[in-house]
Amino acid sequence: MQLSGLIITLIFTFISLFILALALPSARVNSRRSALSFLVPFSAFCVFAFATPSTEQVISLWESNSLPFNISFKYDGLAKLFSLLITGIGTLIFLYASAYMKNTKYTQRLLSFLLLFMGAMLGVVLSDNLLVLFLFWELTSISSFFLIGFKNEDDASQKSALQALSITGLGGLAMLGGFILIGEMAQTYSISQMLSHTDLILEHPWFVPALLLILLGAFTKSAQFPFHFWLPGAMKAPTPVSAYLHSATMVKAGVYLLARLNPIFSQSELWFILLTSFGGLTMLYAAFQSLYKTDMKAILAYTTVSALGVMVFLIGMGGEQAIVAVSLFILVHALYKAAFFMLAGTIDHETGTRDIRKLSGLGKSLPILFGIGMLAAWSNGGIPPSIGFVGKDLIYESTLNFQKFSYAPYILTAISWLTNSMLFAAGLLVGYLPFRKSSAPSHPDVHKPSLMLWLPPALLATMGIVFGVFPILVEGSIVNPVATAIAGVSIKTHLVLWHGFNTVLYISLATLSAGLILYLFFQKKTPNWVTVAEKYGPRQALHGIANSFISFSAWFTKTMQNGKLRLYLLVILSVLGSLLGYVVLRETTFVIDPQKLSEITIYEGITVGILITSIFLTLFSGSRLAAVAAMGVVGYTLCIIFVFYSAPDLAMTQFTIDTLTVILFVLVLYRLPRFIRLDFSPRHILDGVVAIGIGALMSIISLEVLHRSPVREISDFYAMNSYLLAKGKNVVNVILVDFRGADTLIEIVVLSIAAIGVYSLLKLRLRKNEKME
Amino acid sequence: MNTIILKTASKYLLPLLLLFSVFILLRGHYLPGGGFVGGLVAAIAFVLHAFANGLPETQRLMRIHPGFLMPVGLAIAFLSGIFPMLFDLPFMTGMWKKDPIPVIGSLGSALFFDIGVYLVVIGSSLTILFTISETK
Repeated sequence: MQLSGLIITLIFTFISLFILALALPSARVNSRRSALSFLVPFSAFCVFAFATPSTEQVISLWESNSLPFNISFKYDGLAKLFSLLITGIGTLIFLYASAYMKNTKYTQRLLSFLLLFMGAMLGVVLSDNLLVLFLFWELTSISSFFLIGFKNEDDASQKSALQALSITGLGGLAMLGGFILIGEMAQTYSISQMLSHTDLILEHPWFVPALLLILLGAFTKSAQFPFHFWLPGAMKAPTPVSAYLHSATMVKAGVYLLARLNPIFSQSELWFILLTSFGGLTMLYAAFQSLYKTDMKAILAYTTVSALGVMVFLIGMGGEQAIVAVSLFILVHALYKAAFFMLAGTIDHETGTRDIRKLSGLGKSLPILFGIGMLAAWSNGGIPPSIGFVGKDLIYESTLNFQKFSYAPYILTAISWLTNSMLFAAGLLVGYLPFRKSSAPSHPDVHKPSLMLWLPPALLATMGIVFGVFPILVEGSIVNPVATAIAGVSIKTHLVLWHGFNTVLYISLATLSAGLILYLFFQKKTPNWVTVAEKYGPRQALHGIANSFISFSAWFTKTMQNGKLRLYLLVILSVLGSLLGYVVLRETTFVIDPQKLSEITIYEGITVGILITSIFLTLFSGSRLAAVAAMGVVGYTLCIIFVFYSAPDLAMTQFTIDTLTVILFVLVLYRLPRFIRLDFSPRHILDGVVAIGIGALMSIISLEVLHRSPVREISDFYAMNSYLLAKGKNVVNVILVDFRGADTLIEIVVLSIAAIGVYSLLKLRLRKNEKME
Repeated sequence: MNTIILKTASKYLLPLLLLFSVFILLRGHYLPGGGFVGGLVAAIAFVLHAFANGLPETQRLMRIHPGFLMPVGLAIAFLSGIFPMLFDLPFMTGMWKKDPIPVIGSLGSALFFDIGVYLVVIGSSLTILFTISETK
């Protein structure tokens, strides 16, 4: 397909996805018609399937000279694989979700969130600019927040959605830091241009912090230990969402990012160490955890975490074989895991439970689901002739041939073997155990699922076998281009199902038998110590930190912001006064040169006289109204002084502001408590000391300014350039609207916020039951 | 305040003061003035009217809630900053029309920015004042 065609399709896809996402919830369509929305991802899928990936070409939509924010896309092998997964599995999920959610409210809302998420996810995998990628990345976090918390009246749903958002959001923030660092190092934010500046990045002193920050983002998104717990928590989402987000798309965004950046970082030793150790730890830990779960979705969630660990591990290992293995494994995992999730959803839909202890003998009543379960378990366990078998072979081949340090092949192979065995056992727990022959089937006359509840997972599970028998189908179109994109150099490999009797085959057999033994052992359930150990996991640590932070903030707010204006003023002024005082006392010479002072005219004398009188009147008057009026007089006399010293702008503003202030005071006068004359208490004396101190300091500073030779560069610059550059003769105004215009923009925003604040404080009173205390 | 003199005066003062505030706004680029002061003067004009005729009368005269001026002003100011970006200049670059226009003077993006400031100032100060005087 021509490049221009692809551009048009891309734009069309994004726009239609986002528009549909916004339009669907409001549209009055019934659920049957909203099921047709699957056509959107399906047409996108067709386009992506026929578009030829290119590693060279970058499709640029919008470029700017002044911002590093070029909206550009790249459609290479890696992007193609992910786009196909997102739109392909997305199509099936749409069909499935429409059937699954048939009798529930808000089906359209779910579909629109799914579309929004899909658009964001496509943006992540297609963007060539790191900052644009980050934007879409955050959008996936936000839209998945809505999806996970879809049952928004359920407390547990809310909590897990918030947990997922805060973990991935924190990681995303760190990642933005990392992106900016490497963008500055490479002097470009385009990923494809970065590839030619690899040495610049690797030798830069910021390299390590940048790498760590980016990994934090990728690891949180892809649920690596110790951030993995949000993913099992996110199982509170409706099952179609879990099948989509947590098998094929969102959680793989982290893996995608690692794969995308692999050509840049793969030379680094740190990259290898961190990825293999975190990936290795995650895959073992999560696979082990999955064996103890009884909820089908929980088992699948932990096996997903483990599979993500495998991917991170393989990317970290690097080398041609590992890269090919991960390229294939991303596809294999998406196929069988989405099938598994939908299977679990259908069982739940028909029987009302997902607990494997309560399910047995379903094979007789739901034979189609049994078949799907077996096919998915085949691919998951790597039994020939599934594509999983090919994938597993590649993993073992890469670990066996890994020579970076002594014993490496043994250690890495052992870790992979253990993980794979446990994953196989977990797959049997989901795909076989509920269907196993039983003398007392749990649901003998269960309702048969409708077509769309079994066809999508059946398709995916069958594809796992078809690809296994004919690996040539995915070899040239997917695996080779993907591996080339991940490795950064051209890779051409040939996938075969049968290698003959060699070490790899023996290890595969050992995996299967170990998996079977584990399965037989773990189908009778959880030892106690596991539940105890779960109480001290990373999740609890995070919750503890979050809770203590909340209570600290509550304490701090109550102490520092007690609602009494005089305390705020006192704190602000004393801090300011002591800082200023420290500098002034250390550096001031206290020399007053009478020569430099201008003479005091009679007008000034009178004005100052009025000023002082009105200050005393403000302080000691017996009525509040008089005090307010006197305050106004203070302001006006200051205006006059400004006029004397040729600052008409200041005088004008001061004059209007003072007028408004007096009006304001008069308006609130009636609502203030009765005016009471108090005797001088220690508090008043403290206030007086602070006020006089600040006043004295300001006077000293003003005198000191006279004494020092003034720095004139800035004011000269403005005076020189205000007409030349900004075509204005009034320097003050030119500074406000042009030279420092951004400041003014923010100031008027603040002004508006203040007005809205006053309005909402006074107008929008809470109803009684909404009040906190 | 229910005095006939103030009432009559405010009837004429309001348009005059508003005109004056626009004058201050426009001359700001060359002589003392500008959007901020202009906005305050306009706000005072309305407040004066409210004092003489009562708040409901002024609100009826204004037709819209002054709060709506804030987003409008912010949008104008922001768009005047965005505008140069269409020509691939940095955000808020001053752009000017070559020949000055009678009465207004030279027309540029800074003027629109100042108009935005003017509207925001009127909107926020009137929102605050009206809200406070309305609340019982």
